[in-house]
Amino acid sequence: MTGIQLEQVLVLAAVLFVLGLKGLLVRRNVLFMLISIEIMLNAAGLAFVAAGARWGQADGQVFFLFILTMAAAEVSVGLALVLQLHQQFKTLDADAAAELRD
Amino acid sequence: MTVLFYVAATVAVFATAMTISRLNAIHALLYFIVSLFAVAMIFFLLGAPFIAALEVIVYAGAIMVLFVFVVMLLNLGREAEEQERHWLQPGAWLGPVGLAAVLLLELGYVLAQGSGAPATAGAVSPREVGRVLLGPYLLGVELASMLLLAGLVGAYHLGRRDKDAAR
Repeated sequence: MTGIQLEQVLVLAAVLFVLGLKGLLVRRNVLFMLISIEIMLNAAGLAFVAAGARWGQADGQVFFLFILTMAAAEVSVGLALVLQLHQQFKTLDADAAAELRD
Repeated sequence: MTVLFYVAATVAVFATAMTISRLNAIHALLYFIVSLFAVAMIFFLLGAPFIAALEVIVYAGAIMVLFVFVVMLLNLGREAEEQERHWLQPGAWLGPVGLAAVLLLELGYVLAQGSGAPATAGAVSPREVGRVLLGPYLLGVELASMLLLAGLVGAYHLGRRDKDAAR
């Protein structure tokens, strides 16, 4: 790591994570909630890579690969759910699906 | 290097803040893609060029395109054309383009420095990542493949639109 301190990157990761969390809590649109989850996953990956670079080990990057895989699987299922929600309720409002029965 | 990091971090935070505050999904996705580019730049500066490339190719290239496809699918209708005309106004894309231009300048500066790869002491080469990934973490790779299979089957099942819905 050249000049960049671990703390700086961790602060950036924390800021990005909190921004994603805020988006998840504030927005009611399912699409935006999914995007916010992606922001949080990305911030967690940034923290992993920064820690791996701090110790000069490859483990951080390996864990970023796992996070990437998990994000891809989660997004595919989540977007299928979004399509299904839009088909049934004609809206993307998460509160529309508050009632579980048909 | 530190200045480059600060510029990329500012772009990332600003683009993310714009992402969660946009009303239009396409605008938010444009800003989020710029944010991913900025984070990729930070990965590059941290000495992880392989992860930086993956961030651009898989995250910004594949996952975000999936999002854009779904947004396009949801907007099939008569008002979609009007909406598209509205999206193509300069106000929609000037912000992301400006932020991306900052990142492009930064990339050009890094490449003009001489060595394309970051000359960091803690740089971890893709070769080492591959060795660790398929060595101690082999079980994790197998689990990830099963997770991807489950995601594939789940997305297929949920995305199926059957007319009679016989359940």
